[in-house]
Amino acid sequence: MARTLINLPKSIRRGDTVEIQTLIAHPMETGYRPGSDGVILARDLIRHFKCFFSDASGQDLVFSAELFPAISANPYLAFHLRATGNGTLTLIWEGDQGFRQTETVALQVTD
Amino acid sequence: MRYWWQFLWLLTLSAVIAHPLLAQPSTTEDNLGRRSGFADMSPTTQAMQRDDRQNPAMLWVADGETLWNSPVGSANKSCSSCHGPVASLRGAVVRYPGFDAASQKPVTLGERINLCRQRHQLATSLLPQDQRLIALEAVVAHQSRGMSIRPDPDTRLKPYRDRGEALFSQRLGQLNLSCAQCHDQQAARLLGGTVIPQAHPTGYPLYRLEWQGMGTLQRRLRNCMSGVRAEPFAYGSPDLVALELYLVQRAAGMPLETPAVRP
Repeated sequence: MARTLINLPKSIRRGDTVEIQTLIAHPMETGYRPGSDGVILARDLIRHFKCFFSDASGQDLVFSAELFPAISANPYLAFHLRATGNGTLTLIWEGDQGFRQTETVALQVTD
Repeated sequence: MRYWWQFLWLLTLSAVIAHPLLAQPSTTEDNLGRRSGFADMSPTTQAMQRDDRQNPAMLWVADGETLWNSPVGSANKSCSSCHGPVASLRGAVVRYPGFDAASQKPVTLGERINLCRQRHQLATSLLPQDQRLIALEAVVAHQSRGMSIRPDPDTRLKPYRDRGEALFSQRLGQLNLSCAQCHDQQAARLLGGTVIPQAHPTGYPLYRLEWQGMGTLQRRLRNCMSGVRAEPFAYGSPDLVALELYLVQRAAGMPLETPAVRP
């Protein structure tokens, strides 16, 4: 299990545009670097990031990103979305060597 | 009515004092002409350190908090079993390295954690580069962020500190350079494209972009030694601890930034 830090604004009003900030611990090994023994280190990257918003009416993809070797270790991703109502955000990071990390956070709005 | 306003004023004041941005060093020099490496970083790297939500070192702090509460060793005790919440160690780190009476020598924060593991948790020591040890150091040091560095006044540390001072100005390596030649005499000038910092250890353990990870002051010192093409002192060697002691003395009074970000 990788470590993640996910941050939402403390109070969200219905209709607000909010910033979701995420950090995940991951080496993002490019597959081009030799290790201390001279052997090339196996590529180990996060390839995709997806964020779904789900409530009683179903699930929507609200943000997704593709990640590449030039992205540093422990990638920080931040994105905006409009908070239309209460629901759950599901964040999924997927990558090489079967890497998959899923986190859920509640999105609570006030009127 | 009047009392109500006074209360509001106090509340605002305490919110301002507790604000994370104010826990960061200012970009100017202090009255002794010292400046943190923070002041020489690009605005984007400074922003990364200022904002805990962007600072990747906070991943280690979060990890450290978990480790703090997990029982280890044959005593099956966690750090919190003796110390309570990690916040209770606020201010404990600003005096490290300190003097350990039992072994009659100076110990760094990492060594102190390992001594705790051996003596109280009855667990094995962690290697200096172990990410778990660095995470524990980070979470403990993070509690003292914003406080002034106050080196341990114990007089038994003096010979070690003097040794550190001597090492600081001793030439070494194929480039035949001492720490002082760059960080005292040439500080603020450029080495390649980067500003030579004054070498104040105000934010360790810290996240270094070059490392793409977290490291301790000893790792940084060893980097500098290979930079001047010297054989780096071993982790935990008395000479590295002596250098740490001197550097912390040199930075006395500067605010602690842990966990800092450096380029």
